[in-house]
Amino acid sequence: MSTPPAPLADQDPTSRPFRIEHQPAERGHRIVFSGRLSFAEAEPLWNELREALKRYKRRDRLDLDMGKVEWLDGGAMALLAHFRSELYRRGGRAEFVNASESIQEVIKIYSGDQAVQRRKKRVAKSAVEQVGEAAYSLVTEVQLMLAFLGQTLVALWAVVKDPKSANWRELPYNCERTGADAVPIVLLINFLVGLVMAFQASVQLKRFGAQILVADLIGISVTRELGPLMTAIVVTGRSGAAFAAELGSMKVNEEVDALRTMGLGTTRYLVFPRLFALMIVMPLLSVFADVVGILGGLVVAVTALDLAPVAYWNEIHKAVKVWDVGSGLIKSVLFAIAIAGIACQQGLTTEGGAEGVGRRTTGAVVSTLFTLIMIDSLFTIFFRLVGK
Amino acid sequence: MSQEVLIEAIDLTMGWGDNILQKDASFTIERGDIFIILGGSGCGKSTMMRYLVGLETPMAGRVLYADGSEARLGVGRPRFGVMFQSGALLGSMTVGENVALPLSSWTDLPPEAIDAIVEAKLGLVGLAGTESKLPSELSGGMKKRAAIARAMALEPELIFLDEPSAGLDPVSAAELDDLIIGLNDSLGLTVVMVTHDLDSIFKVGKTCIMLDKASRSIIARGDPRKLRDESKDPRVRTFFNRQPAEQAP
Repeated sequence: MSTPPAPLADQDPTSRPFRIEHQPAERGHRIVFSGRLSFAEAEPLWNELREALKRYKRRDRLDLDMGKVEWLDGGAMALLAHFRSELYRRGGRAEFVNASESIQEVIKIYSGDQAVQRRKKRVAKSAVEQVGEAAYSLVTEVQLMLAFLGQTLVALWAVVKDPKSANWRELPYNCERTGADAVPIVLLINFLVGLVMAFQASVQLKRFGAQILVADLIGISVTRELGPLMTAIVVTGRSGAAFAAELGSMKVNEEVDALRTMGLGTTRYLVFPRLFALMIVMPLLSVFADVVGILGGLVVAVTALDLAPVAYWNEIHKAVKVWDVGSGLIKSVLFAIAIAGIACQQGLTTEGGAEGVGRRTTGAVVSTLFTLIMIDSLFTIFFRLVGK
Repeated sequence: MSQEVLIEAIDLTMGWGDNILQKDASFTIERGDIFIILGGSGCGKSTMMRYLVGLETPMAGRVLYADGSEARLGVGRPRFGVMFQSGALLGSMTVGENVALPLSSWTDLPPEAIDAIVEAKLGLVGLAGTESKLPSELSGGMKKRAAIARAMALEPELIFLDEPSAGLDPVSAAELDDLIIGLNDSLGLTVVMVTHDLDSIFKVGKTCIMLDKASRSIIARGDPRKLRDESKDPRVRTFFNRQPAEQAP
């Protein structure tokens, strides 16, 4: 065979380097291919083969005569093999005949000389099947979560009995990256939240001449709700996603398995340093969040409501009780457990490659945000019920 | 049997859900052996190793160690070392810290002694001076060598190697084979190795089992060289003679 032909610009059938002729044969029909069949001519070849399929009835017998073919490459042969399979699928029969030795080699590589394997028809999943699969997947997820919770409690008990068995070396590093490194963004977000809330309230409060109540509004809402919650949301985006992606990558790279074969329990070695770090830094970040949130309100109080800073501070002192700050800090610890727990569980159940890591990381962030709001709501209702 | 059995698989069935990879596999691994688990792609070689080290729970059957305990990983000093196919070095640690990890976790050795052992182990696998490098700075072959050093840190009597020569150039693969033979000869280390690299199998293997995907069973066991020369099973002969399935001699 010589060098492959250059693709032709126009699609005029007479200018094509190949021809397909349909002739009657002794038993059935004959399709005579001639000229040069190359991948460069894939589109007109495909169109002609599609047209050819329409010419023949079910159970027709065809000889695919390759005797006049001068050149056949893999791309063109792939289309011819598909054409033959389609004929078989429709109940017909087709065989390549009269091929030269070199053409026969190409036919052989593409299994054109072998019996056509019947492809299984893809059956679309029914709605019931899809619902069933989704339910099964949900049950599996719940099982995985419960298994993780159980393992964590067992490992926690083991650490309580033998504190040296935990991986304390990783704790300072995790405190630094989840706590100290998060301070700037936590301060900025919470300052702006205090500022925006005070601005929104200032218009209404001015109408009633109750400007001083902006301190009560900001003080209570920031310490009880928004400070811890906004901090938790920021930490979820920073550290929760990082934990899930990190552990997910370790899982798919067999690093988690390697740790297990070294006798290092994954909960003690990987989960606890992250969990304990967040339990330490989240209340501290929440305190910072409370302070800057109140400062954001102060800026609005002074600039938009013409309040004296001292008056604002005095009102804050009167309005905000120790319990307001305390309840926020209690919530922040629970938020920390939720963020670290969900992120680590999602990370450690990662399967597949990069796509699995991405899916679990997204799952970790979404599940954590939902859980944070749930915890916050339950606490608000509970505190109201117990009169706090 | 004259040799002491270190691992015994009894009617081991492995797989998940409705997918059974191997059914009722029974074999023993003796002390001092270089035991090869071989077979074509997808037959369950690496999975078999995961069952032997206790990373997976059998669907049926058991894997027993010399002391009669069942293969199950827990927290505690490991009884063997494992090298995974990718090396599985912890990416956040240096090579030295990776090798030191089992030592600092399971011994009371002072840091200086741990450093000395790490240096010696890395020297043993030809990686002297790489202590402070990160795994990402190593080539594939170096990662595998470092993983072997880590697997040997606690002087185990048994080491598992998953595809040690996969993806290595011929020179690196041959060096790794020599290392395995050396460790077996000089230290009496028992080696369980998963591979389908024929050169490696004939060079280092003392005993082997061949897994078959279609029959989901062990189709041959014994000395790989004898199996190559004497086996009458066409599946075994095509594998050892590196031939397509339809061209069995």
